[in-house]
Amino acid sequence: MNWQATIALFGCLAIIFSIGMFASRSLKSSDSFLQDYFLGGRSLGGFVLAMTMTATYGSASSFIGGPGVAYNEGLGWVLLSVTQIATGYFTLTILGKRFAIVSRQYKAVTIVDFLKERYQSKWVVLLSSVSIIIFLFSAMAAQWIGGGRLIQSLTGLSYTTALFIFVITVLLYVTFGGFRAVTLTDAVQGSIMFVGTLILLIAVIIAGGGIPAIMSDLFNENPNLITPFGADGTLTPAYVSSYWVLVGVGVVALPQIAVRAMSYKDSRSLHRALIIGTIVVGLIMLNMHLIGVFARPILPGIEVGDTVMPLIALEVLPQWLAGIVLAAPLAAIMSTVDSLLLLVSSTIVKDVYLNYIKPEAQPRKIQRLSMGITAILGIIVFLLALNPPDLIIWLNLFSIGGLEAAFIWPIIMGIYWKKGNKYGAVTSMVVGIVSYIIFHMLGIEPFGMHQVVTSIALSFIAYVAVSIGTDKRVLKEVT
Amino acid sequence: MEKPQSDKMDYRFKIANREALIGVGLAIFNFIWWFGFAYGLGSKDPSEYTYVFGLPAWFFYSCVLSFIIISILVIIVVKLFFVEVPFEDDEEFKE
Repeated sequence: MNWQATIALFGCLAIIFSIGMFASRSLKSSDSFLQDYFLGGRSLGGFVLAMTMTATYGSASSFIGGPGVAYNEGLGWVLLSVTQIATGYFTLTILGKRFAIVSRQYKAVTIVDFLKERYQSKWVVLLSSVSIIIFLFSAMAAQWIGGGRLIQSLTGLSYTTALFIFVITVLLYVTFGGFRAVTLTDAVQGSIMFVGTLILLIAVIIAGGGIPAIMSDLFNENPNLITPFGADGTLTPAYVSSYWVLVGVGVVALPQIAVRAMSYKDSRSLHRALIIGTIVVGLIMLNMHLIGVFARPILPGIEVGDTVMPLIALEVLPQWLAGIVLAAPLAAIMSTVDSLLLLVSSTIVKDVYLNYIKPEAQPRKIQRLSMGITAILGIIVFLLALNPPDLIIWLNLFSIGGLEAAFIWPIIMGIYWKKGNKYGAVTSMVVGIVSYIIFHMLGIEPFGMHQVVTSIALSFIAYVAVSIGTDKRVLKEVT
Repeated sequence: MEKPQSDKMDYRFKIANREALIGVGLAIFNFIWWFGFAYGLGSKDPSEYTYVFGLPAWFFYSCVLSFIIISILVIIVVKLFFVEVPFEDDEEFKE
């Protein structure tokens, strides 16, 4: 067991943990529990906002899975990953001010709230709640597993023990702290990630004898590693470009990201978040994946991609520093997990329970229910993660694509197109999700691109066609 | 469902729409730059690659330089063209 690394890692976790606890104290004094628990009272400043988006988005797939794939595929996978630079500015400009204004007018606290007010339809609410619960559940399981694996490979504990430690930490502070605790710890975690990946990249470059030496090592091993086409030349331009939709511009439709666009304090924090977010997300993505590629000549022959990050950190850094640097990916995973957890429980409590089961529930009861459901959900995911599937990155990308296919047009057209109506929204969600799942099950990649591209195109056609077709009917219903 | 005043285009929406279009423009520019350099310079045989700061030229221009340029563009665009507007409607400013 690597004692120094372990102690440093858990020291960082303890600091993060106490921040969550501290934030939960300020929660009790506030009177609007729902707004506070789920949105942090719409009071996020620019720095915190940028960091919380970074931390939510930079998840197990980009920190554990991503560098692992980059290790095997070479620079082509870095090329694919930098498409994520667009998420920083695209999300905040597209949702931007209109979404902030409209969601305040609607008094919306969640994405489902927004859709409910915009479309005034029970079916839109139920469909979106169900897709959030299903797809985010699989995303959450993926993160849980990533967290467990990381602690496991660093400390040498068994997977089950590692997972257990991870889950207890996350559950405690999400359950008691809510959104403000999550966003505050996100800001700390985002900063650790930023500095940590930078240190690791520099250390890797030094250990590899400089960039030119690393490149010629890679070239000598397999020239394809330094081309844009992947280790065996299978990354086609069409496929790589389709990641612009999956992890670039499509991210605008992820509920866990979009909900953050409701929570900024004012225009100034939005503007600051735009700049900080773009730079921080870009640097982290570029660094993490480059680390994966550069690690190859230094530590050849790693078989399980998910272990590249911890192993290379232990190799090139002193143990205690490796512990701190690895707190970065662990922090990323934790903050993704807690946002997802919170989102799923807010969907169940606010969007389903309060809307359709018991609208007149007392605030006290809501509070206890929110905490209870958050805790129960966490336990269920823990049980799922005990027997993990091998494909974190697949599970994660699958759920991201599914959410995008479901939500992108109901959200974006809902903001920008007045004629969009509930029939259009319902059809486009159904078409998006069903086509996405069918393509996946049959293993078809239309036009050589990731399935999400076609599904998003189909759901766009459905949204527009049905909205126009039912325009008259809606006018009649209103009058 | 809709409040009467939101029928007339809120002045803030005009600003927001323009800024959304700027975002789309940035993304398109970013994509073209990224695609052009990656596959324009990267499709050669790897033994003919030229290198910038030790990295293959295609990679440096499409991944590293594009990130720097986009960051600078975002800063310029936000500082010069983005307008600060209130998010709350006036009448419900105090809740």
